[in-house]
Amino acid sequence: MRVLHAFHGGVHPPENKAQSTGTPIATAPIPPRLFVPMSQSLGNAALPCVKTGDEVLKGQKIGEADGRLSAAVHAPTSGKIVDIAPHAYAHPSGLAELCVVIEPDGLDAWGERKPLADWQALPAADVRAFLADMGVVGLGGAVFPTHLKLSAPSLDTLVINGAECEPFISCDDMLMRERAADVVAGITIVATLMRPKEILIGIEDNKPEAIAAMREACKGNHFEVVTVPTIYPSGGAKQLIRRLTGKEVPHGTRSTDMGVQCFNVATVYTVERAIEHGEPVTSRIVTLTGDVERPHNVEALIGTPMNFLIDYAGRRTGVSEVLMGGPMMGFALPDEDAGVTKASNCLIARSPALLPDRPPAMPCIRCGDCASACPAELQPMDLYWFAKAKNFGKAQEWKLFDCIECGACSYVCPSQIPLVDYYRFAKGEIWGAERDKKAADRARARHEFRQYRVERDKEEKAQRLAERAAAKDLAAPSSQSTLPADDAKAAAIRAAMERAANATSANVAAPTLSDDAKKAAIEAAMARAAARKAEKQAGETQRSANVTQPAAPAGMDDAKKAAIQAALERAAARKAEKQAADTQEQGSANRVKPAGPATMDDAKKAAIQVAMERAAARKAVREAQDAGQKDKNRR
Amino acid sequence: MTSSPFMARPTTVSMVMLKVLGALLPGIALYAWFYGAGMLVQIALASISALAAEAAMLKARGQPIGFFLKDGSALVTAWLLALSMPPLGAWWMIVVATLFAIVIAKQLYGGLGNNPFNPAMVGFAVMIVAFPAQMAQWGSAGAHLSAGDQLAYIFTRALPPGVDAIASATPLDHLKTQLTLGASVGDTLAEPVYGHLAGAGGEWIALAYLAGALFLWRKRLIPWQTPLAMLAGVAALALPLWLVDPAHFANPLFHVFAGATMLGAAFIVTDPVTGPTTPRGRLIFGFSVGVLVYVIRVFGGFPDSVAFAVLIMNIAVPFIDQATRPPAFGAKKGGRA
Repeated sequence: MRVLHAFHGGVHPPENKAQSTGTPIATAPIPPRLFVPMSQSLGNAALPCVKTGDEVLKGQKIGEADGRLSAAVHAPTSGKIVDIAPHAYAHPSGLAELCVVIEPDGLDAWGERKPLADWQALPAADVRAFLADMGVVGLGGAVFPTHLKLSAPSLDTLVINGAECEPFISCDDMLMRERAADVVAGITIVATLMRPKEILIGIEDNKPEAIAAMREACKGNHFEVVTVPTIYPSGGAKQLIRRLTGKEVPHGTRSTDMGVQCFNVATVYTVERAIEHGEPVTSRIVTLTGDVERPHNVEALIGTPMNFLIDYAGRRTGVSEVLMGGPMMGFALPDEDAGVTKASNCLIARSPALLPDRPPAMPCIRCGDCASACPAELQPMDLYWFAKAKNFGKAQEWKLFDCIECGACSYVCPSQIPLVDYYRFAKGEIWGAERDKKAADRARARHEFRQYRVERDKEEKAQRLAERAAAKDLAAPSSQSTLPADDAKAAAIRAAMERAANATSANVAAPTLSDDAKKAAIEAAMARAAARKAEKQAGETQRSANVTQPAAPAGMDDAKKAAIQAALERAAARKAEKQAADTQEQGSANRVKPAGPATMDDAKKAAIQVAMERAAARKAVREAQDAGQKDKNRR
Repeated sequence: MTSSPFMARPTTVSMVMLKVLGALLPGIALYAWFYGAGMLVQIALASISALAAEAAMLKARGQPIGFFLKDGSALVTAWLLALSMPPLGAWWMIVVATLFAIVIAKQLYGGLGNNPFNPAMVGFAVMIVAFPAQMAQWGSAGAHLSAGDQLAYIFTRALPPGVDAIASATPLDHLKTQLTLGASVGDTLAEPVYGHLAGAGGEWIALAYLAGALFLWRKRLIPWQTPLAMLAGVAALALPLWLVDPAHFANPLFHVFAGATMLGAAFIVTDPVTGPTTPRGRLIFGFSVGVLVYVIRVFGGFPDSVAFAVLIMNIAVPFIDQATRPPAFGAKKGGRA
């Protein structure tokens, strides 16, 4: 018997799973219209690759993955594309998302299905690309693209998550009961790609049928089905990893770094369907439960409107709203018209009788029950206090961002304080402040660069004038030759070329520093703006030269110099843009480590950091230059 | 409720407080048995004053009155205070103490959950500092008056004919006095005012409090750390000193069962509002209270000292909480895996 490791806290709410496990998984009928959201993965929304009026077949690709955190989207059934427009989307924000609207023809006719027959012989990268193209993402709810999780260099333990700890949800349970063989085949594929030392399938002990089915299906290989105690949130990846391996994955690190990778059972099922059968993710198992006549599990097409499913299960009177996900971490659908996504594991028709409203909150009596229940081992009552007082610095110090928002603290609170809401509020405020700060930093960097440019031009002009004066003195005895002008021109060209060289080297160096397309693009934009400005200045100088005759030679020089500078800067800008484009094209997939969901943010962050450092460096140079008149305030 | 979690355990603050009151009942019953019905009068007086003061303050603060009155926290304060005060004390003493506890120690700080000091202990401390003579008069166990006579005495201070004195010092007070007079602990504890472990009857009441604490612990309403640490704190000094000089220092069991030690361990240091929230913090807090109880009792100026020990440590609670915050998941030094 495997030694299990306890994780701190957790709660055991009434399970409410039996309601929906009485009947086998049914196939939900095809609705009159499917609203397939293009946003079906953690990354960017897919880019529609069909147009209104197109006829599509089931499984045909209708959205191309956009970037490495994205995955393709496919037609859930055959029919006609009637619209591509924003539509209600299953997100607490209630914001609409781009959806491809399909009017099914009722035939449910598959397009060509091409299994990846020789996947064992193919390079792992090809298999991953295939899975991205099949739209395989984590079906546990996070919709993290599966192909990214498959690229770990070495692995001790592969954890398959069949815990399903949230009350009411039973889709994974039913999947394991009815399709254990497919699930195990999927595990085999994942295991072959990742070569872990051990493979553990964690299932909560309230699913004896699923455990038995999986044990049966695992016979003959070395996969181990491990029964874990029913404690919410043992289905959280980090909690399950802790439970099974004893390893604690700290906040901000990935389990892969500790040699563990975790996949949901439904995800490995879709891996198998994709590779062995050539079926992209066009449907998923959804638990329909709560206040409905026939709580059960259905296999529903992606894009099926949720109210259609609830009506199909027999909506009862008194249903006030529909929750997507479990009662602990799910959310109330702002619009029940939203289509099923790959994250829609459960729909709960909620009535106040079934899930009563929270009574009004009493003051916190610091009983500490929340701290005992917190699986992230935080001090929720303190975080609540800090959030309420808008003391966000302290909240962060108290590890607010370690909070996984599992809701265990809110669940146990005798004062009925909606604690998680306070953490969400605090996190939102902190993110908002950070966004504002980044915007301000960018604005400051732009402003400082402009100031630097103005100052630099002034200095160059002064230098030029000095040189000309010197040359004039030198050449005084001889005739009024063109020499001084040439000198000045030469100096200007030299200066401009140096600048251009600097700019180019900066542009070359920057991407290697940050690997970031955005940074280069910003650089390019700045160079372009500078070029435009220089051109404008050149024009102005010319005009003024025409007016004031004595200044003519200098004016001409300036204009020429400015024009050359402009040309050089334009060239630099083009170069930077090209680099930016290159970086984007390469998708940076192979160069950037397969970071977690934060990768995009990381890249952005890194770019901003580089920009800020550059700004700081500029500032330092400038300060050194006018050290004489340095004022204390600037330090 | 439009955001998760959509499920909540149906516990409420009122239920918590009701269970605390329930856990006090065995102790109160034994108290009334040994000391007479006067104790019940004190509890009634305290309850009425507490509810009235709470209601008036809530009204003054513009808070919903009924909503907070039914949380039961004022009653808990009232009962704990009544159990700390002399059972035959004059009626105005318990009223003044309760008003102090509710108005100043609780409501002026913002009401339930916001008071830094244990309200009942503030009320008690004010009274023992302001009225030491009256607070030292306890009806000795066994000196039974009828319930009516006790009632009359509490309200009018009039004794029935033929009884000229019913008040006496508490066992802790008596021991202290005797020791200063040169008597040994052994001789003093042999007097009839003492029972098997501590004051006659008092030890049984203490055991009833202990039972209440066990009930609350089983119901997960109090942690085990604070009460156990407090008793350990008392014993930590009592045991070595008693071993070295048993003639001058009473044994640890005496200190654990005498006075308000057990009431404090079960119901006072376990007050969540004014105590620490971290497990380690609770150990530190409880132990420190225990040590202070012993130090003040044996070396200080007051015969019983639970109130002062608790109030002193209440001051340190915010710091204890800060200093003992456990590391977050995955942040353990050295790793737990």
